[in-house]
Amino acid sequence: MAEIKLESIRKSYGRTEVIHGIDAEISDGEFIVIVGPSGCGKSTLLRMVAGLESITSGDIHIGDRVVNRLEPRERDIAMVFQNYALYPHMSVFDNMAYGLKIANVPKAEIQARVAEAARMLELEPYLDRKPRQLSGGQRQRVAMGRAIVRKPAVFLFDEPLSNLDAKLRVQMRLEIKALQRKLGVTALYVTHDQVEAMTLADRMIVMNGGVAEQIGAPLDVYANPATLFVAGFIGSPPMNVLSHDIRPGRGALDPGAVIGVRPEHIDLVAPGAGLIDLDVAFCEPLGAETLVHGTTAAGDKLVVRIDGEVELPADGTRIGLSIDPARILVFDASGRRIET
Amino acid sequence: MSGMVEKRGLGTWLTHGGLIFGIAVICFPIWIAFVASTVTQDDLVRPPMPLLPGPHLLDNYLEALLTGGAAPVWQMLFNSLVMALGITIGKIIISLLSAYAIVYFKFRFRMLFFWLIFMTLMLPVEVRIVPTYEVVANLGLLNSYTGLILPLIASATATFLFRQLFMTIPDELTEAARVDGAGPIRFFIDILLPMSRTNIAALFVILFIYGWNQYLWPLLITTDPSMNTVVMGIKQMLPTGDQTVEWPVIMATAMLAMLPPVLVVLGMQKLFVKGLVESEK
Repeated sequence: MAEIKLESIRKSYGRTEVIHGIDAEISDGEFIVIVGPSGCGKSTLLRMVAGLESITSGDIHIGDRVVNRLEPRERDIAMVFQNYALYPHMSVFDNMAYGLKIANVPKAEIQARVAEAARMLELEPYLDRKPRQLSGGQRQRVAMGRAIVRKPAVFLFDEPLSNLDAKLRVQMRLEIKALQRKLGVTALYVTHDQVEAMTLADRMIVMNGGVAEQIGAPLDVYANPATLFVAGFIGSPPMNVLSHDIRPGRGALDPGAVIGVRPEHIDLVAPGAGLIDLDVAFCEPLGAETLVHGTTAAGDKLVVRIDGEVELPADGTRIGLSIDPARILVFDASGRRIET
Repeated sequence: MSGMVEKRGLGTWLTHGGLIFGIAVICFPIWIAFVASTVTQDDLVRPPMPLLPGPHLLDNYLEALLTGGAAPVWQMLFNSLVMALGITIGKIIISLLSAYAIVYFKFRFRMLFFWLIFMTLMLPVEVRIVPTYEVVANLGLLNSYTGLILPLIASATATFLFRQLFMTIPDELTEAARVDGAGPIRFFIDILLPMSRTNIAALFVILFIYGWNQYLWPLLITTDPSMNTVVMGIKQMLPTGDQTVEWPVIMATAMLAMLPPVLVVLGMQKLFVKGLVESEK
């Protein structure tokens, strides 16, 4: 039983408010990723759930308790830190066992739980080593082991993969996902990496400037971004933004409003045959796909994602773009999505 | 080719010669003291001065240890040991605790207290010796170990050193310990103390020698010979008026007084080097 409920959470440092009221309900066993650019308040939010930061106003429920005033250890959580935060003078075994020792768990059970976690994380040969004798990936595993052995109601991850190299990051990402599925523990995961967010999350919270711009399943957020910020942040390359309406039979947009279209929802056709023409600046062939960069007649920059085997348009040529009008999203001057 | 080798050989000889000469200059007085502690008074005062050890080593050292001057040297050595260990351990405990408070706890006037501690650096024992004597005398602590140790325990240097060390320990480690459920005392004992191990060892050496070599303070507050420390005791053994001077016994005492700091340095050296090699932060 570990639902998490955030009720209008606010955080201020002195007079500066950094989190402007966040509401979210997380059900038991769900994997929630909080994603956003640096400085958006995502780590602060996580640390408030952990009990490492005080809550200025609002309530955090874990299970059926309000935990606002509880110490971290009383909240039934475990946290994995960005720099692993392993105790340098303790062996891998002691690092994982420390929390249990403090909780006065019987020795035999500590032994059993650590052995189980070590087996799951393939750390068995390293139990006697000190953290400095381990590689980055192994340290990461020890940090996860330390979280697992406590059998918490909630896992909290604070950018746990950002210190690993690209290859290891992908591998550990899969392992974290598999582990969380297996243990069925509610997880809150903070990252600035949208690929991590897309691949790990059951639902994600996209944060910007201390507010939750959108909460939803990754594919849903991708297909139906609620704001222009989400449209630009989720997806790589980001959604194209055009300052004038290209849909047939439509008048001009309201002042400040824009339309957006995903790079993969555009097809190349002969000049004049599509909704709009594009002057190709250059192409980036990536193998499986190719990104065509160019400028529209109105001066907007635009990227098209096409199949890698399609013949590339030459730089400087003009091509036509065919776009399904239903794929075009409209955002008002404040960046909110509007239905038309 | 051969010229180069010769040249290098000559350079090696010269540098080694220089080093050996330097060591000889430093060691010669100690050698003289050692030689003087192994001969009789008559040998010593008759020119030329002996430069090689004599046969009376055991006699002189036994006389020093068992009879000495005003008090037997074994007693003075014991007093010195108690004082040096008391000062060292007391200083380390006090400064660890105050550094812990200053770095990890937010309380009113925290910085004021830090600067107050820091300012005591400007007040060595000699400067505050008269008021300190007054306080210790009023408390009835003259001629006691407490009186010898207590006024020398507060240490701004060690507090400052531990403060700097604690500030290099990443916040995430503190937070991990909090999530693991370690309260302030557990965190101090289980995490901070082991991580400060090598610094504690270094301070132990420095402070032990500081405590052992205290001269003025024990000279002031110990009037009872049985409370004399060995460093001041040597001076007390020098005769006043026209008593005869037993130089070999005094020299033996001096050699004995030198021994414990040397042993501490040699004993702690391993921990020292080990700490330097396996830096683990």
